[in-house]
Amino acid sequence: MATLNSNIPSGPLDQKWEHHKFSTKLINPANKRKYKIIVVGAGLAGASASATLAELGYEVHNFVFHDSPRRAHSVAAQGGINAAKNYQNDGDSVHRLFYDTIKGGDFRAREANVHRLAEVSVNIIDQCAAQGVPFAREYGGLLDNRSFGGAQVSRTFYARGQTGQQLLLGAYSALNKMIGAGGVKSYTHSEMLDLVVVDGHAKGIIVRNLQTGEITRHNGDAVVLATGGYGNVYNLSTYARGANVTASWRAYKRGACFGNPCYTQIHPTCIPVSGDYQSKLTLMSESLRNDGRVWVPKRKEDCGKKPADIAEGDRDYYLERMYSAFGNLAPRDIASRAAKTVCDEGRGIGETGLGVYLDFSAAIARLGEDKVRERYGNLFSMYHEITNESAYQTPMRIYPAVHYTMGGLWVDYNLMSNVPGLFVLGEANFSDHGANRLGASALMQGLSDGYFVLPATISGYLATQNPGKRPATDNGSFKQAEENVQTLTKRMLGNKGKRTPDSFHKELGKLMWEYCGMARNQAGLEKGIKAIGALREEYWKNVSVLGEATDWNQSLERADRIGDFIELGELMCRDALMREESCGGHFREEYQYTPDDPETKQGLVNPGDVKRRDDQFAYVAGWEYAGAADKAPILNKEPLVYEEVKMSTRSYK
Amino acid sequence: MKVFLKVWRQKNRNTPGTFKTYTSPELNENMSFLEMLDVVNEDLANNGEEPIAFDHDCREGICGTCSLVIDGKPHGPHRGVATCQTYMRSFKNGDEIVVEPFRAKAFPLIKDLVCDRKSFDRIQQVGGFITVRTGAAPDANSIPVPKENADLAMDAAQCIGCGACVAACKNASAMLFVAAKVSHLGLMPQGQPERYKRVKAMVTQMDEEGFGACTVTGSCEAVCPKEISLDFIARMNRDYAVALLKGDAKAATSGGAG
Ligand code: FES
Repeated sequence: MATLNSNIPSGPLDQKWEHHKFSTKLINPANKRKYKIIVVGAGLAGASASATLAELGYEVHNFVFHDSPRRAHSVAAQGGINAAKNYQNDGDSVHRLFYDTIKGGDFRAREANVHRLAEVSVNIIDQCAAQGVPFAREYGGLLDNRSFGGAQVSRTFYARGQTGQQLLLGAYSALNKMIGAGGVKSYTHSEMLDLVVVDGHAKGIIVRNLQTGEITRHNGDAVVLATGGYGNVYNLSTYARGANVTASWRAYKRGACFGNPCYTQIHPTCIPVSGDYQSKLTLMSESLRNDGRVWVPKRKEDCGKKPADIAEGDRDYYLERMYSAFGNLAPRDIASRAAKTVCDEGRGIGETGLGVYLDFSAAIARLGEDKVRERYGNLFSMYHEITNESAYQTPMRIYPAVHYTMGGLWVDYNLMSNVPGLFVLGEANFSDHGANRLGASALMQGLSDGYFVLPATISGYLATQNPGKRPATDNGSFKQAEENVQTLTKRMLGNKGKRTPDSFHKELGKLMWEYCGMARNQAGLEKGIKAIGALREEYWKNVSVLGEATDWNQSLERADRIGDFIELGELMCRDALMREESCGGHFREEYQYTPDDPETKQGLVNPGDVKRRDDQFAYVAGWEYAGAADKAPILNKEPLVYEEVKMSTRSYK
Repeated sequence: MKVFLKVWRQKNRNTPGTFKTYTSPELNENMSFLEMLDVVNEDLANNGEEPIAFDHDCREGICGTCSLVIDGKPHGPHRGVATCQTYMRSFKNGDEIVVEPFRAKAFPLIKDLVCDRKSFDRIQQVGGFITVRTGAAPDANSIPVPKENADLAMDAAQCIGCGACVAACKNASAMLFVAAKVSHLGLMPQGQPERYKRVKAMVTQMDEEGFGACTVTGSCEAVCPKEISLDFIARMNRDYAVALLKGDAKAATSGGAG
């Protein structure tokens, strides 16, 4: 059994981080350069961590599978980044951001982590503005804000509809500065395929050069994974096609626990699926819900009609009806599930019946088309490119799609996994969003982890390691890990199968969406586990990978990643089956509020809302690999202890 | 619908390439161009032929990974979109479509339709940043930025670093790309201290990477998926001229010492 010690510092919640920073051991400047840190990934978390660690004087080696560190999928975040600056004087504070995030996560995140996130949020905005990030401004030159789902204050900073790209370019510029200065060595087109553990500590990685196929060993005093989320396990998602779980999964197989894998975020405003050929789903920023109203026809019979032909009185603005306090700004999990409910009732729109309207006519009447264009122009044109429809003239059609994973490798307060020396940042870790992430919080967490948290906590670990004493790459563990990678590559290329890797990915995606998607139940999950297990076996018998090991080989890249996704899918179903409660994005049909529950009668929730079971499930599930893919993994638990807030019914009414 | 593809195939940098023709399976006009290639690739793989290598990632026009010259135009027939945002409804049943990689000396070919654009990274490593140490930043609102400047900087900052400007240019010049980077930072008050040093360093590196000279033909602006304006090139040229006049800042300080 692994030990999951959260290492949360003692003391009052709002002083924990300050105290912890003070009591964490430092490394003296002359010794810092003797420590070599491997960072995998260069999205917001990886780029900001690499740059900052190098500024501090560590020797940093950064690895990305992309051709450039600027391509990581953080680049695609549209809406914005939260910070408790209270520039709008509308009642925001660190405590409110903390509380909104804890509640948004349905009381399944760690208090101490979330409070630190809220504290650090204000520094992030300062940092980014100083880097020249062109945030939206008011006429007086000060920073502009907008509101986002799950909050009643305007604390979101943004850069048109491309906040992620601008923040990433900021972090990338900091990384470039340190690459230019020699503090960071950058490896591009370099994919991590194994973690090297020496005497129980993470001390290196095995990497495939995607251009040449060459496999190399890299040692370090610590390894940092900032490799993003695993939503592509569903095949169709808003993730970039290349986003994958391989780095995390290989670390899991080396002993790192996987935290809450079943917590996935299904984002309410995406363009609906149109056909089987589809490779990805496109998100329409949540910011659209500030001015767009979500509705479906009240009557099934009207679903085939043009939206303009459905009278105002025949429309059901269901979010406004069900969640009057938050209305169209209800959190993502709630808005998604409500969309599913009305579609299940047969009131969905569009060809497939899996869609709802997001209507801007009221906003256009109120603000004028120009103002709407200024706010959302690029999103409207994106929508137009994909659907060939103008949202200025007719409502957008939207439907929920997989967008983010709250689960990830388990880490303690220092962002260190249960494997000493292995740190995990950003979406790749499980830490701050509980069972549901609020909008504009992912960018905040990625940058918080990379700029501010890891650089302050990593010295605590490094101080326990003798400077300049990391194991050399001829150590037996390196040799074994490299052989592991070579064997796997040979096995895949030598397989005389008949099916392409992509055909397996599609099949896996369908199973996951069906059994471990927006609504889950025991029978379905049990079926899912069986079916995915069978798919795994078939994969190794029947996958066909063309091309060679010594060239650029995209089939091989994908085969590697899809093999891992299949195993992960099985684990997600197991986690979802084990968690016999509903919370945030994890909806178990067996656990929902009914009209007879007191909370429903008091008007706190609607029938059908998720029902937690705090007495039994107030813990983080940390799954431990049992040594083989077909062996049941071991469940470890980290209890969630709430000192500051009360785990209460999550009400948005 | 069905289309006929004439695709550049090249095993690797050291093997000469050639065009090969393929007939697509039945397509749907709502497919993106890359989804069409996915379908063609599945077909090839099922027949034991190695799939066509092409670069892509976000598939929503923001990461700058996708490339392709489609019928002679980088990123295909439409203005203001990337290849991944090009849909098959832009083509007709029975069309022959020629698909090539971005070609430029500074973008060496890796395989088939994939080229190496690391030269762009190296240009930015010599100066594409504002030097600020993490944690040393003043309050974000302590330096107001006039909205017009912020908006104009944002226009430049939209560049996704795809390299279409280079592929479109008969001289394979990277001026639009570098100008976008230089202008974004040069328009922000935070970017002023290093403004001239930055432009000089980046232009020098651009030349060293083997990009060609700019003769202002405007083909770059026409293919840019973010429609970055040529005006930024003029802006950069002005900054560059000032930088040359100012000379080497370091020499000036040491000369003044004593
Ligand atoms: S794939 Fe990202 S811009 Fe086209």
